[in-house]
Amino acid sequence: MKKLSYVILCFSAVLLSSSVFAKDAVNASDPEITQVTSQGDSVPPYAVSEQLVVEGEKLYKRRCGGCHSLDNNRIGPRHRGVYGRKAGAVVDFRYSKALRNLDVIWTDQTLNEWLVNPTAFARGTSMGFRLKKAEERNAIIEYLKSLSSAPDSSANAQ
Amino acid sequence: MSNNSMILSSRRAFLGATGKTLSATALAMVVGSNIKTADAADASQDIQILNAAIALEHEGIAAYQIAATSGLLDPAVVDIGVTFQGHHKGHRDILVKAVETLGGKPAEEKSLGAYAKDLKASTLKNQADVLRLALDLERGAANAYLGLIPSLGPDYHQVAAQMAGDEAFHAAILANALGQPIPKAALMFG
Ligand code: HEC
Repeated sequence: MKKLSYVILCFSAVLLSSSVFAKDAVNASDPEITQVTSQGDSVPPYAVSEQLVVEGEKLYKRRCGGCHSLDNNRIGPRHRGVYGRKAGAVVDFRYSKALRNLDVIWTDQTLNEWLVNPTAFARGTSMGFRLKKAEERNAIIEYLKSLSSAPDSSANAQ
Repeated sequence: MSNNSMILSSRRAFLGATGKTLSATALAMVVGSNIKTADAADASQDIQILNAAIALEHEGIAAYQIAATSGLLDPAVVDIGVTFQGHHKGHRDILVKAVETLGGKPAEEKSLGAYAKDLKASTLKNQADVLRLALDLERGAANAYLGLIPSLGPDYHQVAAQMAGDEAFHAAILANALGQPIPKAALMFG
């Protein structure tokens, strides 16, 4: 049993990492990498593609808006600032045990893996929603990224 | 060979045989318990996902309650809203039963005030605002159900698809009431 699930894990890890590479390839070929101001002017934002962010915002509303908002907890936790943050960190949201115990920072790669198959990424999570299309994941992640500030560059700026 | 050793060796043979029987039984127990834990893990995973769907239905029911009592809607629109709310109550009841059958505790609803805050109900100024909120929620719910089907156990695939169908029906009526054009491309949801 254990061996089998290990094999399945490795196999899905390979699958997942290949889809991550595919995503990077899309990013690299994007001609328009621009800076977008997110919150206040003292906090440097992540570099994002403005075009992808606009697309991501529309998709976010349709695909995620049934359960999530940026500033209010609903079926799922609020999302503003989730990019770059530890999983399960919105204090007034009641996460599943799976997400509370998930030792992961939300990045391009971890968000991508999560959206491909959340119950495989964190068995026992209450989010079952999968986003099949890589372009949609890519745009939505870019949108979430535009709403966070980059911790490293803000630390350097001090 | 002495009598004693005969007894001993036959005893050993007996023990050996029992040993084998035991290990076979033990194996069956281990396998059985593994199957059981796999089932239990699947059931608890389904409970989690179904409970998120219950939370979604609770929110939908509350949204129609807030809309119906907002004073912003024509009486004919209130009637439609109350009918849609009835469908969401039907979904909730089916999902609650499913979670209870799996041995879980169904997600509870929040207060109406909490939903009003979460949905920013105070920003609704007229009937079109209310219809747009309802449309966003219904469209989001149809997409949500379609996207979670592959994570659910097969027993719940059809019912989740039926619920997505109801939400898509609601979305179509609401989009029409708002005068929105019919989408040109196929596969409008999911
Ligand atoms: C069916 C409802 C539903 C849909 C649709 C949904 N989510 Fe979720 N999401 C949840 C729930 C519930 C949780 C909390 C999971 C837990 O506690 O296990 C969650 C958690 C998350 C988290 C973890 C947040 C944190 O604070 O660690 C992220 C990231 C996330 N969702 C992203 C998305 C994105 C992006 C979409 C759209 C592509 C989406 N979700 C669609 C219900 C949903």
